[in-house]
Amino acid sequence: MTGLAPAKRPNQLFRNLTAKIASIPMILIALGIFLGGSLWTVVYSFTNSKLLPRATFVGFDQFERLWASSRWIISIQNLAIYGILSLIFSMVIGFLLAALMDQKIRFENTFRTIFLYPFALSFIVTGLVWQWILNPEFGVQGIVRSLGWESFTFDPLYNPDIVIYGILIAGLWQGTGLVMCLMLAGLRGIDEDIWKAARVDGIPMWRTYLFIVIPMMRPVFITTLVIIASGIVKVYDLVVAQTSGGPGNASEVPAKYVYDYMFQAQNLGQGFAASTMMLLTVAIIIIPWAYLEFGGKKRG
Amino acid sequence: MANISTLNTTAAGFDAVSDQVASGPRGRKPRRVVSGRNIMLYGTLFVAALYYLLPLYVMVVTSLKGMPEVRMGNIFAPPMEITFEPWVKAWAEACTGLNCDGLSRGFWNSVRILIPSVVVSIAVASVSGYSLANWRFKGSELFFSILIIGAFIPYQVMIYPVVIALRELGVYGTLTGLVIVHTIFGMPILTLLFRNYFASLPVELFKAARIDGAGFWQIYFRIMLPMALPIFVVAMILQVTGIWNDFLFGVVFTRPDVYPMTVQLNNIVNSVQGVKEYNVNMAATLLTGAVPLIVYFLSGRLFVRGIAAGAVKG
Repeated sequence: MTGLAPAKRPNQLFRNLTAKIASIPMILIALGIFLGGSLWTVVYSFTNSKLLPRATFVGFDQFERLWASSRWIISIQNLAIYGILSLIFSMVIGFLLAALMDQKIRFENTFRTIFLYPFALSFIVTGLVWQWILNPEFGVQGIVRSLGWESFTFDPLYNPDIVIYGILIAGLWQGTGLVMCLMLAGLRGIDEDIWKAARVDGIPMWRTYLFIVIPMMRPVFITTLVIIASGIVKVYDLVVAQTSGGPGNASEVPAKYVYDYMFQAQNLGQGFAASTMMLLTVAIIIIPWAYLEFGGKKRG
Repeated sequence: MANISTLNTTAAGFDAVSDQVASGPRGRKPRRVVSGRNIMLYGTLFVAALYYLLPLYVMVVTSLKGMPEVRMGNIFAPPMEITFEPWVKAWAEACTGLNCDGLSRGFWNSVRILIPSVVVSIAVASVSGYSLANWRFKGSELFFSILIIGAFIPYQVMIYPVVIALRELGVYGTLTGLVIVHTIFGMPILTLLFRNYFASLPVELFKAARIDGAGFWQIYFRIMLPMALPIFVVAMILQVTGIWNDFLFGVVFTRPDVYPMTVQLNNIVNSVQGVKEYNVNMAATLLTGAVPLIVYFLSGRLFVRGIAAGAVKG
């Protein structure tokens, strides 16, 4: 019987051949672009490519140059400030709005439509609108001054020290609606009986949220965190539209650094090194999450 | 859309009534409509809603004013004299570099990019999702995992290898090239969407079709496709807004004469030459935002479902 088995068994490679052929685009994209492309960039970040990629390896030179560049340091600082604050604020505001929306309110659809519509707009549109609202001459500052408070200053887009907060305001406006939606979905997933039990026990609402509901929503929080965080690392168009990196280079971000060095300064090696650092940042966020999400399931 | 939501509420109402009949009165005592709690609740929501609506309002108001009025005053004030001139100018006359034919060029470029990109990316992703859900083969889950992890990798990391690949294929800088790029980077989320949807369909359907002798494509076109129409709509909403709003790929993978609308908009507004015409800029911004906004307002719940499907289930 064992002698017959190999002859009868169809070749594994040709089983469901059509399905495999139909999956070729997916396989090519997964292996060729996502895996291969990323590896290629990492490998070439160790070369001294300028206008065209060249395989002359120079060790960590590009990375040393990168970390010695003040523009890169500013980019990283901006990303850190923007990232941490936008995580905190979008989580807190998103959760509060979701909790308010979850009080069996009227006009829920209207409110949700209003909170979420900025998410449908591009970062370019977002950046340009807020550039106009924050315009010191005609915008918020101009209006408060014309009301009689002459010394009022609020010109984030023209002040290198606070420009990143101007971008943060726009970013939050665009993105909190999404967080609200995700949180609301999470709140709706909480069993109604939990609320009843808490009410029977006479636990005030804010304590129920803080000590029962939020811990139960941990998976939603983690997923939201990962989604926002990976979006933050990619932030590019918003800065381009709102400030073009200015004033000076006070609002530069890593994604813009990469683009400028690859496609404008024609210094590919620097661009590759910077994008490798971006990849590393994402890996630091993703790997613990993947471990929690998928490693946890195996244990439990 | 209104009909669907009414139906939903009615259905929910019936459920509530039948529950009540089954188990007697339940829930809290009805509250008075005007209570301290409600004032706080609706007050906060109302203020938040104002904040979110403010930029849209400012855009509309500014775009309807003449330049002298914009220079005089308050960006929040409604226009004293409504003029549509800024809209006409933004659409047909605004300048980017040497071209002075307005945003209309960018609009049509975006349309030309949008249609093939949406069709191709959804076609490829739906077949991949179907194959992943129903025709698993050795390694298929691995490829899928790579795709999903790839969704989190910044585009900047993969963009140059894609440039090289497209250059080798001879389509760098062309419409075909950009369609390929949108297909590639739309893959993770769309494949996830379709895979989850097809996996949620009863497997007996698939098995019955197999026993009746249907093959891969027959099952896809005759059974899966007709059943998956809602998810195709969700995917379309995702892709239409995503591709229309794209900026980075437009800048990297096209030439100036085929720049999509977002890129052209940015060039018009942020150009350093000439006097800044804020009203024209805002009209141009609104025109660019109009397409995704219309899609959003028309699609309502489906839009939410689209983003939540990718996000929460992932």
